[in-house]
Amino acid sequence: MATLARLRARLPALREECFRRNGAVDEYRKKEYKAAVKIQSWFRGCRVRAYIRYLNSVIIIIQKWWRGYQGRRYFRKMVETAYFIMKMNFYNEMAVRIQKRWRGYYVRKYTHNYYALKKYLEAISVNNEIVRKELNEYAEMREKEKKKKDLEKKEKEKDHQARKMHYLLSTEQIAGVYNSPFRKSPDPMELLLRKSKPLSHRQQPAKNHLICDWSNCTRSLTFPTAQPLPPIGRQKPQGPFRDTAEVLQQRYKPLEPTLRVAASINSLEKAREEIKREEWRNCVHDNEFLPFSSYHKKEKYDPSIHRSGRYDQETYGIKHFREVQPKKWIADKDFQTVLPSIILFEKFGKTYTRTGQIF
Amino acid sequence: MTLSGDACFLLRPGVMALLRPLLLDVVPTIQQTAALALGRLANYNDDLAEAVVKGDILPQLVCSLSEQNRFYKKAAAFVLRAVGKHSPQLAQAIVQCGGLETLVICLEDFDPGVKEAAAWALGYIARHNSELSQAVVDAGAVPLLVLCIQEPEIALKRIAASTLSDISKHSPELAQTVVDAGAIAHLAQMILNPDAKLKRQVLSALSQIAKHSVDLAELVVEAEIFPVVLTCLKDSDEYVKKNGATLIREIAKHTPELSQLIVNAGGVAAVIDCIGSCRGTVRLPGIMMLGYVAAHSENLSMAVIISKGIPPLCTCLMEENEDHIKAAAAWALGQVGRHTPEHARAVAVANVLPTLLSMYMDTHSSEDLQVKTKKALKNILQKCTYLPALEPLLHDAPPNILKHIVGQFSKVLPHDSKARRLFVTTGGLKKVQEIKAEPGSLLQEYINTINNCYPEEIVRGLITR
Repeated sequence: MATLARLRARLPALREECFRRNGAVDEYRKKEYKAAVKIQSWFRGCRVRAYIRYLNSVIIIIQKWWRGYQGRRYFRKMVETAYFIMKMNFYNEMAVRIQKRWRGYYVRKYTHNYYALKKYLEAISVNNEIVRKELNEYAEMREKEKKKKDLEKKEKEKDHQARKMHYLLSTEQIAGVYNSPFRKSPDPMELLLRKSKPLSHRQQPAKNHLICDWSNCTRSLTFPTAQPLPPIGRQKPQGPFRDTAEVLQQRYKPLEPTLRVAASINSLEKAREEIKREEWRNCVHDNEFLPFSSYHKKEKYDPSIHRSGRYDQETYGIKHFREVQPKKWIADKDFQTVLPSIILFEKFGKTYTRTGQIF
Repeated sequence: MTLSGDACFLLRPGVMALLRPLLLDVVPTIQQTAALALGRLANYNDDLAEAVVKGDILPQLVCSLSEQNRFYKKAAAFVLRAVGKHSPQLAQAIVQCGGLETLVICLEDFDPGVKEAAAWALGYIARHNSELSQAVVDAGAVPLLVLCIQEPEIALKRIAASTLSDISKHSPELAQTVVDAGAIAHLAQMILNPDAKLKRQVLSALSQIAKHSVDLAELVVEAEIFPVVLTCLKDSDEYVKKNGATLIREIAKHTPELSQLIVNAGGVAAVIDCIGSCRGTVRLPGIMMLGYVAAHSENLSMAVIISKGIPPLCTCLMEENEDHIKAAAAWALGQVGRHTPEHARAVAVANVLPTLLSMYMDTHSSEDLQVKTKKALKNILQKCTYLPALEPLLHDAPPNILKHIVGQFSKVLPHDSKARRLFVTTGGLKKVQEIKAEPGSLLQEYINTINNCYPEEIVRGLITR
């Protein structure tokens, strides 16, 4: 019991003691807490920094390697293009030399062939000579023909004269005009007179009227009448004959050929040809109009660039650099290069890793 | 009913009124004679022809043409021809009263005289202008004319050929119509016919067809007229030669290929001989043909030169009196010589440059002649390196020609020492010094170039002298 009383006496002090002790602890608690926080934070910071440092160093190594790789790849590309350009320039130069020689040769041999031109001109002069000669011969021939015709005409005239004047022929008693006794030999006219047959009066030689235009004829023109008159003093025909007019009409009826006779033998062909010609004439265009599908049969369809690309990433430049078709190779081995190989480039891709290897 | 010229004037006032009722007479002989009289009246004078038209006789004639016999048809066609030949208006009057259809019906007649008269009338109508020609073609005359050409009578052939020539001369479409009817083959066959007048018409028809376009010319050539046409150039008739040369000229002027064809067939030689043998306007187509051939290319020009073309051209230039022939000869020489120095040398050697210069300077020459000679001189001088021919020109030439001559000297002298010596000895250098030129002009530059070829003392000596 005493303890209980003692404890109870100490009870209000306990509370105060409790408060006092808690309060005292509290005073330092904040301080200590802050200190502990500071220490911990600093330590954690140290730990994290050390971790970051470590990560950085690792990452630097990775990035270093990666950038080196990219750079080497880019450089290889540049070298390849430079090499390609160099080769193409060289080829172009050589091609220019070949073409230069060929074009000069071709032009000199075919287009402006001096010797061919000379030969052609010589051939022309030879041909001209031949043509001139032939034309001269032709002209001479015509001249001769004309002269012959004139001579013949004169002969005919003379003969005609002789026939008309046959009475001037000399007889035994009287010498004719052309056979004068003082001449050594008779005149040629005399001989003609002897040869010619005397002209009879009734036959008047039909003068051929060379009228160029019948309307220039100044004689009075006679047009035949439709019906000839019957002869005078004829005996009346015996018996009941048909009327003369009817008979004459029948006799002199103009020909009216049937269509079959009037059409010429090849009228069908002519008509066909005519139709063909007309059709050909009316045709606008000789070639048949083909359906549209056959217009561009020979043309190849070239697709546009936009459509012909793929939608995914181009593998050229990343996975491979040059299209290679092993099926088309004619030999297994690679070609021998004409240029001296660059040793460094030969070693490319083959030394360490397969990075950037070209298949 | 024949009327002399004087009698026409006396009877003119009442003649038409008198003749018109006679056309309707019962007796056919009177009708025919009346028609013949009308035709002769109209033929004589265009006033009378107009009177025939005004007297309303044409419709009557046209209507009665189809029913009557062949003599009336001939007379009526003669009237239409006589009326239509004077002027386009009278021909139009015939077309308007339907004369063309009846004439075409006459062309189908059996009698060759009727066909001839109808074809002649159509020819005179078509001659005036292209509308009338088109009207004749629209009436369907062309196929019938082509049939007429194939007939055996020479007079009919002549007239039909001349009508086709008159139709096709106006425009390419009309010529194409004539060609489509198949005329070329028949015309080409008739070149071989011995009759001279027929040949004239045939050659004229072919040349009128060929002159319009390359295709027509090629069609004419495809009818194988070469080398037959060259025999026409040797004919005794002047106009056959002229028309033959015209045909060859119309073919040669279109393309170099056609000229090449003619050269290969020896046409150039034939034409040159033809020029040499004729005088006067008959030569003109031949000269123009040589000019056209030489103008196409330098090879053809060289072909003309080696066929000895230049001497006849020079004689033409010098002998002829008429300016248009001289102008054509000058033009042709210019075309021959303008291509290369070789060609210019060939022309210069023929000693024709002084003649050209004198014609250019002559005040009596016509303007056309002066222009052509000037162009020819310019063209030849720009390529001429034959100095002995250029020397005489130095003395007389006017400044615009002189600059070309001096230019040529300035191009040749720097490279040729012998020429330089000759130039001084013949007094050419002295003459060059006497030329006054504006400083800075082209002429002064040429003179300086020439002076630089010689040492100073000579030049100064010539100036002071």
